This record gives sequence, structure tokens and C-alpha cells, in this order.
Amino acid sequence: MTEHPRETTREQREPGVTRRGVEEQQAPLGAAGDPGLRRAAPAGRVQPGEAMATASLYEEGLEVESRSVWRLALRRFLRHRLAMASLILLVLIFLAGIFANLVAPYSYSQINLSDAGLGPSLSGYHFFGTDDLGRDYFSRVIYGIRTTEAVAIFTAVLSVALGTLVGAVAGYFGGWIDNLLMRLTDLVLTLPALAVLLVASALLSTDSPITVSFLLAAILWTSLARIVRGSFLSLKENEYIEAARASGASHTRIILRHMLPNSLGPIIVNGTLTVAVAILIEAVLSFLGFGIKPPTPSLGSLINDGKGQMLTEWWLVTFPGLTIVIICLCVNFIGDGLRDALDPTQRRVRA
Amino acid sequence: MPEPVLSLRDLTVEFHTDDGIVHAVDHVSYDVYPGETLGVVGESGSGKSVTVMSLLGLVPQGRIMSGQALFKGRDLLKLPDKELRRIRGKEVAMVFQDPMTSLNPVFKIGDQIAEALQAHDPGLSEDDARTRAIELLDLVGVPQAPRRAEQYPHEFSGGMRQRAMIAMAIANQPSLLIADEPTTALDVTIQAQILEVLRAAQREMKAATILITHDLGLIAEMADRVVVMYAGHVVETADVGTIFHAPRHPYTLGLMGSLPQVGRDDEWLRPIPGQPPSLINVPPGCPFHPRCALSEGRIECRTRLPELAPVDGEYHLSACHFKHELRERSEELLRHMEGIA
Amino acid sequence: MGTYILRRVLYSIPVLIAASMLIFFFVSAVGDPLAQVRAIPKVSQETIHHIIVRKHLDKPLIVQYGYWVENAVLHRFGTTLLGDNPIWPDLRLALSNTLQLVIVSEVVAVIFAILVGVYSAVRQYSAFDYAATTFSFVGFSTPVFWLALILQVLVTNIFLAYGIRIFYTSGFSTPGVTGLLPSILDRLQHLALPVITLAFVSIAQYSRYLRASMLEVINSDYVRTARAKGLLTRQVVMKHALRNALIPFATVVALDFGAYFGGVIVTESVFSIPGMGLYFIRALNAADLYPIMAWLIVTAVMVILFNLIADILYGILDPRIRYD
Repeated sequence: MTEHPRETTREQREPGVTRRGVEEQQAPLGAAGDPGLRRAAPAGRVQPGEAMATASLYEEGLEVESRSVWRLALRRFLRHRLAMASLILLVLIFLAGIFANLVAPYSYSQINLSDAGLGPSLSGYHFFGTDDLGRDYFSRVIYGIRTTEAVAIFTAVLSVALGTLVGAVAGYFGGWIDNLLMRLTDLVLTLPALAVLLVASALLSTDSPITVSFLLAAILWTSLARIVRGSFLSLKENEYIEAARASGASHTRIILRHMLPNSLGPIIVNGTLTVAVAILIEAVLSFLGFGIKPPTPSLGSLINDGKGQMLTEWWLVTFPGLTIVIICLCVNFIGDGLRDALDPTQRRVRA
Repeated sequence: MPEPVLSLRDLTVEFHTDDGIVHAVDHVSYDVYPGETLGVVGESGSGKSVTVMSLLGLVPQGRIMSGQALFKGRDLLKLPDKELRRIRGKEVAMVFQDPMTSLNPVFKIGDQIAEALQAHDPGLSEDDARTRAIELLDLVGVPQAPRRAEQYPHEFSGGMRQRAMIAMAIANQPSLLIADEPTTALDVTIQAQILEVLRAAQREMKAATILITHDLGLIAEMADRVVVMYAGHVVETADVGTIFHAPRHPYTLGLMGSLPQVGRDDEWLRPIPGQPPSLINVPPGCPFHPRCALSEGRIECRTRLPELAPVDGEYHLSACHFKHELRERSEELLRHMEGIA
Repeated sequence: MGTYILRRVLYSIPVLIAASMLIFFFVSAVGDPLAQVRAIPKVSQETIHHIIVRKHLDKPLIVQYGYWVENAVLHRFGTTLLGDNPIWPDLRLALSNTLQLVIVSEVVAVIFAILVGVYSAVRQYSAFDYAATTFSFVGFSTPVFWLALILQVLVTNIFLAYGIRIFYTSGFSTPGVTGLLPSILDRLQHLALPVITLAFVSIAQYSRYLRASMLEVINSDYVRTARAKGLLTRQVVMKHALRNALIPFATVVALDFGAYFGGVIVTESVFSIPGMGLYFIRALNAADLYPIMAWLIVTAVMVILFNLIADILYGILDPRIRYD
């Protein structure tokens, strides 16, 4: 993305009362009527004055502070009703997928021609109806969830790992490494992700969930890499990082111990949202017949299966699709709640 | 004294946030008389800006809970939006703190001034508005005004932008000019020039001025009368001489103490001990008592909010239970504060 | 301004070269150009050898890249491996059809996103704002192909039940329709569902983005100045605030163009529109690498072109950008 030059920091200099305490504890609504109503210090940051303390002293301070920051974030998240409801629903859906063989009334591929083409009904537990072969679509959706959730979570973990690594290295070391890595991510973005995935999965003729995950992660890491890089670039300027470096801490230690914890908020939010993106893209691949292929069940391939009869048996495409929508909605709401909880600068004022 | 241009009574403004209710302005009353410069002084967060901006409907998140603001006989707080809009920029104009962010970056300076004219005179032609805008820029001392009017804000220096802001504010010859920390964001060398422009503009327009600042030096130089605010309350008001020579509120006294004085041996500032209170949990009783050297744990200060009452004569008011003790003890108290700090 | 644009154009050239290398080496790495030929039992070893020599497949990859670039530049991407059909005429037709679809969708999406985004920001936390937020979340969570299928089912069933043909559910035009107005109407009836499908997700994203940047701008000092001047709310919002909020928004929309070429793959294959998407799926199914690479190049050119447009737009909208 092109950066937009914004003049956001508006320092309020108050020479009459220039003690540090006043500036930090600046009461909401300063002279300029700052409508953000921001609280004093941003999460997880240590005040510059303390930075010159020795590294070990400093670390103690950070731990106490960061622990309370996380507790505050947790409390904010628990207060976010929509996110909590989504979390509960999502856990239930995912549990149903994990224990598909216990939850599903039928097996995935059990053919029962006497029940062929039934609409959704409570009788015989065909909640989502059956197809032309009498296969129960409720059971098939539950098994589909199992594959889809595994692919999505594995993809998210992989892409977070890769994105964080690239972003951290680029942001921390800067210079030509940064330039090279960022031009690489730029280049990846000149091609539509879906097309690249389709080419790769079609030509490699992959259909195992694990390879699909690797392919998805190979595309999805770029956005997080940019976020982590940006966060590291600004953290690098902080004096306490200088102090840690001066006290002889290694690069790995500085990255893992001092910088990563302070970038964790955006990483968690991005990782969560990646789950939803992965589900959507996997569904497209499978729908077009290039991702996960039968007999492995997935929500996308179920829609592909049902599309031939969709005009008469509408339930065959409707329910697997709705399941995707509901799962992704839950994930997005959770991500939204996490963003509110982990990014206290975006506080709300009720007018 | 003549009729006031603006008469504020019991204005209360709150902000509702996730953390609680912010009591930004709490029963504030003061008057502004024609032609005078009223200085409103206080730390950031004392409510000095919110007070005036909420009158003009410029604090959308703020809830005006009570009060009255009579401007030329009309209560601004009860005016419908349409009427209030006609007053903003025409009868009452503002100059803001930060000229770097207060001008729209995507429009030319001249157009932004012309727009202020046309907003209140729809019949004014583009050409006439532009000519007038150039005249105004010239008036506030922007050199080569015709050329500068065609430039964008980023092509102006901070001082020049503030001049443009002043030109915009006086465009419609307002009867009340509100300057909110007009020089705070500027270099010291530019500050004096801007003050001169402001003073000239005020003379030209014969407008009453509210000067909002934390800078007592500015108050001493510009103001006729002073209102001191603390934690959303008016704590003292008097003419400028009285404020500086016979303050009758410990907070005002504290502000004096933190003013650097030429000719004194110790050039360092004497700060007021403690910190301004959170406006979500304002201390009970007098909001200043936790930092007050005069209070010394007296029960009255902790339980009862002092009223703004006359000290000696009608125009010197102070909100302190023990304001009369200050007469004898001011020097002693200043030393006392020094000891704590 | 002229030199600024020229510089941006020149800057695009190395990007295009890098993209072409990426495309060539990526496709060569994942695919075997001869897989499809070898799968046909009748084809003799000699024929295969003949193809290898003619297409220089026995040379090192970097040399193959050179031949491929030459072919692409001088012979408009050359011919397909099987059947030796020229690539460019089909691809060009597909591109022009897709551009119609994409431009109409983008225009629809931008108009709705501005309306929704501005109103949501001005009436933050109102019922409308919450409804728009919910809509956006649904938009982020809906698979495009599924939405396309559901629209198809709905419109077809309405047609079957009431005999009313509001929109067509597949194809790009009805054969035999003549005359300017009837053919425009016919085209619109064919475009409607794909446009709704494509615009749906874009409106969700763009309106959120515009809402966020409007909120930031609305709370800025210069908007407060505009209000303090006594301007009408409409002027404050639509002139002072929107004009600034549009700067990052225009960039995002232009950059999002690349994603549209991903989006058309799905939409076109559901609605059988003879555009880039359908072309791509056919090429994939035929496993013919040359049309696939040609498609990727054309898409990359489009993305780079719209990056360029984004930069130029940015320069036009924001006077703070210096051209020298």
C-alpha cells in the first residue's frame, strides 16, 4: 500500500507545567480538544525516562507492565459481547468437526438411494437434505468442516510464522535486506493470489490438505510481513532497544524478548483474520476443482458436487455455503474483538 | 460596565467514554465585555478550550448538560444548528492552536479564505471573494498576497499559516474573536509577530477577544481581565493587575510561582506539587485540595466545593474557602511549595 | 507533472521485467509443458522431439526465457502448444469483455461505497452505521462463487415460476439481438448478476475503508476549522472531509484492481462469461503453459498499469506530493 503522509501527532507543549508527570498523565481532552480521548501511554511501551536503567532492571519493569497490559486486553475482549458469542459458536462448530464421527448421523459417503433428493427436514436427521445418491448433507458438511478447519488453522500458523520471520528480519536489520524482502513482497502482489494458487495447484495436481495449506501460506504471508516490518521499524527507534543493545544483548534476544512481544497484538489479529481468508480461498480452489478433491470432504468441493442439481435441490449449495459464511463471520468478529482489545488507541467515545 | 457580549452561566459539558464520564467543564460562568481581551488560563485538560468550543457546537462528542450562553441576547446553547452556523465564523470566529493542521491541505489558501466570506454572503462573486481574500492576507502581513493566495498550506511556514488563519477569522468582522493557544505551536521569534497581528486585527475589527492559553506571560501582555480554570472549574477571575499582584486562589498563586521571573537568582521553575486530577474521578470537595498548600488537610476543602465568590469588590472572584488567608500568607506558601518540590 | 508521470512509467519497466521472470520461472517450475502431449498415446516420440526442438525446450531455462520473451513481444505470445492456435486474438477478446465487467463493477462499487462510507462516518454508531458494519462483515465472510450460485438459483427460479426475465444467468449476450438500444439493454441484463457478485465484496471492503478514513478526517483540525467558518454541514462533509478521505481511498481502489482479476476467474466461470477468467480456467484445464503465462503477463500489466494510475491519482489529489 502506498503510505499516506498524515500529520497525526500533535504535541501539546505546556511550558508552564513541564514536568514529565504532567505530560504522561495528560488528562483526556487537552487544550486542542483531542477527540480521540486517548489514555496516557500506549500499551506495552516503557517511558523513555526509564530506558537508561540497566537491562535487567528494565526487563523486570517490562514484565510487570506487559502482564497487566495483557490482562487489560483480556478484560476488554471478554466485554466484547459479539466477539465472545462468536468465539463460543466457533468453538462448538470446530468441536463438531473434530468429533465428526461422533456428531454426524451418517458417514460421509454413505449412499442410500431410498432417501435420494430429500429436502431439509428433521426426520431421519437430514437437516441439510440429501443429494441424488441419498448422501446426507448434514453429515457431509460436518466432515467438510473437519478438513476445512484443519487446513485453515494450519495455513494461518504457517503464514504467521513466515510473515513474522520475514517482517522481523526486514524491519530489524533494515538496509538492503529490508529492500530485497520488501521488493519481493511487492512482486508477489503484482499477481492475483488466486491465479497463482490455481496455477500451482492445477499444475502440481495437489489435492492433499497439507500441500494446499503450504500453497495458501506461501501467498498469504505478505500482509503480515508488512505489518511486522512497520512495527519493528518504529520499535527499533525506541531508546530501550538501544539500551538493551548497549548492554550486549544478542540480535535474537532483542528480537524475541523486546520487540516481538510489543508486536504481538497485530500478529494475533492478523493470524485470526488469516483463518477466514484461508477458508474462503480453499473453498474457491476446491469449488473450481483444483484444491482438495473428493473423496476428501471439504466445504468448497461439496458446493462443487451440488452445483449440478442446484436448481432443483437448492439445499445442496446453500448449506455448505452458509456454513462457510457463518464460520468466517465468527472468525471476523473475533478478529474485530481482538483488535479492539489489543489496540487501545482505537477507543470508542459514545456521543 | 456595559452589557457583556457573551455571558456564560453554569455551563457543564461531559464526555461519555468507555472508562467513565469525563467532567470536562463543570458549572463554568464568566462574561466577556465589548472590546476587551479576556484571558482564560489553565493547564491542559482544565476545560478552557472545551468551554468555548462547545458553545459553537465544535465539540461533537461533548454533551452539554446544563447552562446558558447569552450572546447578544440569544442563548447559543438553545439555537438550532442552522442559526448557530450563521453565528460561527460571522459573529464569533476562532483562531486555533496548530496552524500546521488547521488549514485544509488540499485547498489553496486564498480559496479557503474566500470560502469563509462566501459562507456568510452567498451573493458574493468568486472574483470579489478572491480580491477580498487577498486584501485580508495583505492586512495580516502576508507579503506578496496575490501570489501567496494561490499557494497551498504546505507552501506556507507556520507563522504565515497562522496569519492566514487570522485573516480567515476576521474575514467577516466578528464581534467576538476566540484565539485558542494562538502562538503555542510557533517558534518564539514568530510568537511576538503573531501577537502583533492579532492585536492589530482586534483593533481594526473592534472585536472582543477570548485568549485561551496556559502562558501567563501572554496573559500579562495581552489580557485586560483573566479567568483562571482548574479541572473544569473557574477558580478565580479578576482584572489582569489584580491576578498578578493580589491573587486570591492558591492555584493562581501556584501558577505565578511556576512563572520564570527575570532578575531572580533561581531561574528554575517552582512547579505546583502533584498532578492535575483525572476528570473521570474528580476529587470531592475542592478539586484542587490534594495539591493545595493552603488546605493542609482541612475537612472543609475535602467535603465542600467552594463557590466562586467576591473577594474585595464585585469583579474579583475566587473559589476558595480560605481565600482571605492568602493575603498574609502568599509568600510563605510559595516557599512552602518550593520545599515540597 | 509530465516528468513525474514519465518517471513513474519508466519505473514500471523493471517491475514488469521482474514480474515476467517471476511468471516464467514459476510456471516452468510447477508445470511440465509437455505433460499434456505425453498424455496422448498416439503421439510418437518423434513428434514430441519435434515440439521440443521447435519450442527450444532442450535449452537451459534462462535461454528458454529469452525465446519466450522474444515470442511474446514479436509474435504476440505466439501459439498454443496443442493445435498451434494463435494466443493473442482470443486473449484480447477475453480482456475486452473482462474490462467491461470489471469497470462497471468498480464504478458501481465505488459509488455505493462512498454513499455508505460517508453516511456511516457522519452518523457513527447509528442504526445505519451498525447495519452497514454488519453488511461489511457478511461481505468479508461470503465466498464469491457461492454468492454467484445463490443469485443464479434465485433468478432462475423467479424466471421459471413467473416467466419474467429480469437478468440473464449466463453468457454475455443473446445471439440475434440487434440495434443499439436493445443490445445495450441485453448486455446490461447479462452483466447485472456478475456485477452484483463482484461489487458485493468490494462495497463491503471499500465502504469500511472509506468510513475509517472519513472518521479520521472528520476529527481533524482542518475540518473543525471548516465548521468554525460556518460552512454548511454538507460542504464540510462533502468538500473538506471527503476530498481528503478520497486520497488514500483512490489509491486503495486502484491497487485493488489486481484482486479483481482473481475475482473474475470465479465469477466468469459461474456465469459463463467469455472473459479472462474463463480463458484462464480453460487454459488450466488444458494444462497448456503458454496461454497461462500469457494470461499472467496480461494481468501483471494490468496491475502495474493500475499501480501507475494510483500513483498519478495520488499526485493529482494531494497537492503536497512533489513531482520533481
